[in-house]
Amino acid sequence: MSELADTARPAIPDGMRLQWEAAQEAHVLLYPEGMVKLNGSAGAIMSRCDGVRTLGEIVADLERTYGLTGLSGDVRAFVALALEKHWLELHE
Amino acid sequence: MSDAVPVGHGLSAPSAAAASGTAASVRSLGPPLWLLLELTYRCPLHCVFCYNPTEFARTGTELATGDWIRVLTEARALGAVQLGLSGGEPLVREDLETIVARAHELGYYINLITSGVGLTEPRIATLKRAGLDHIQLSFQDSTREMNDFLSSTRTFELKAKVAGLIRQYGYPMVLNVVLHRLNIDHVEQILTMAEAFGAQYVELANTQYYGWAWLNREQLLPSRAQLERAEAVTQRFRQRLGARMQIYFVVPDYFEVRPKACMNGLGSVFLAIAPDGMAMPCHAARMLPGLELPNVREAAIRTIWYDSPAFNRFRGEAWMKEPCRSCPERSRDFGGCRCQAYLLTGDADTADPVCELSPHHALVTAAVARAERAVDSADRAGGAGTAAPPPALQFRDHRISIPVVVGEPAPGH
Repeated sequence: MSELADTARPAIPDGMRLQWEAAQEAHVLLYPEGMVKLNGSAGAIMSRCDGVRTLGEIVADLERTYGLTGLSGDVRAFVALALEKHWLELHE
Repeated sequence: MSDAVPVGHGLSAPSAAAASGTAASVRSLGPPLWLLLELTYRCPLHCVFCYNPTEFARTGTELATGDWIRVLTEARALGAVQLGLSGGEPLVREDLETIVARAHELGYYINLITSGVGLTEPRIATLKRAGLDHIQLSFQDSTREMNDFLSSTRTFELKAKVAGLIRQYGYPMVLNVVLHRLNIDHVEQILTMAEAFGAQYVELANTQYYGWAWLNREQLLPSRAQLERAEAVTQRFRQRLGARMQIYFVVPDYFEVRPKACMNGLGSVFLAIAPDGMAMPCHAARMLPGLELPNVREAAIRTIWYDSPAFNRFRGEAWMKEPCRSCPERSRDFGGCRCQAYLLTGDADTADPVCELSPHHALVTAAVARAERAVDSADRAGGAGTAAPPPALQFRDHRISIPVVVGEPAPGH
């Protein structure tokens, strides 16, 4: 996923909304007449995609929060998938 | 947004289904993730393909604002999150803005499904401020004459104006066009119009045969050749416009060999409330015989969803008959649509006759064959399938009541 620059700023597209749903114990992404229930990792990544933080900053924040290293590949793979599915867009 | 499956007038299954990821069974029963409020049966249009019940005049008085807000609050507490506001025409309700504002505070993602009649600039501005997330605009056809005929009011120019307002207020421009024999040959004009309006999503939903559409089925079912031409036109637009305008083409059930997984199984994710407070496991369920629908005036949403006989009636597989009962595909399509099974055969527990494994599948192929003959003869008469309407076409009217008749059309059709 080398085409995703560290400086890219992923964001939830207009018209979609990410929110925590207690009943499903998960983050869900809501969009016109549909929804996607996210697993824990996807929720942790997506909830940091605010169009302000860069991909590099998001990876660093996740590694710090969860006390892990080497998350960059997984995060990039998910962001690439989410871009493909139009769950995320890039702000620059 | 390839996962989006609009629920609008086409009765497609909500894609919340995909999110819940489990087959309907009492053991794994989750909340009603998808709530549809049919706020009113009143509507300024008279569409011949409307799925609303034909027995309007027998329904009770509309719920008051406070009732709707109680429904929203109780359903949200259970976990409902996707909200559809529909009808009839929901803009007829003067309290729509109040309902939207409360739904937004509760955390719903709010879809308004509208003909656009009554969507003035002050109303869309208020709805936007109140937190409305999404608008789906229905459109009968692209030529004014055809549009006026199909909805029997002069609404085309108004809808063009509404499409502009929707874009101006920052909403994605989503058009829903219900296709049938009398307009399907206009797909080229419809898509040209959609492009001119800057539509980002277009659903070309073939009519499904419930309610008024069922009454008019013999006039509305297209021929296979009509469908193939329309799909070819759609494909050309897709190739030219790509992601700029995404087009969904929903083929009529009658041309399939397997049934749709209607509502992901009744009572699994979808809860609809009719204008008079009847709670239904699908929009059309009011017609099912022996299904004693609970009313939100008398029961809490939790009781309705988890405990009522009506919502438990088609959960799991115990109700199924052969060939569904032993079919390896039963956990995928749940036997298809109960309302369609009932309308075609008089038995709500039998396999959806759309399935080629159903012993009643010939009812569907016979209806298609009649459509082929009707379109052929119209073509020979030079009408290209869009000639003057046959006299039997019945326009939706919420002031009248026409009983549901199951089975084959009456002689003379």
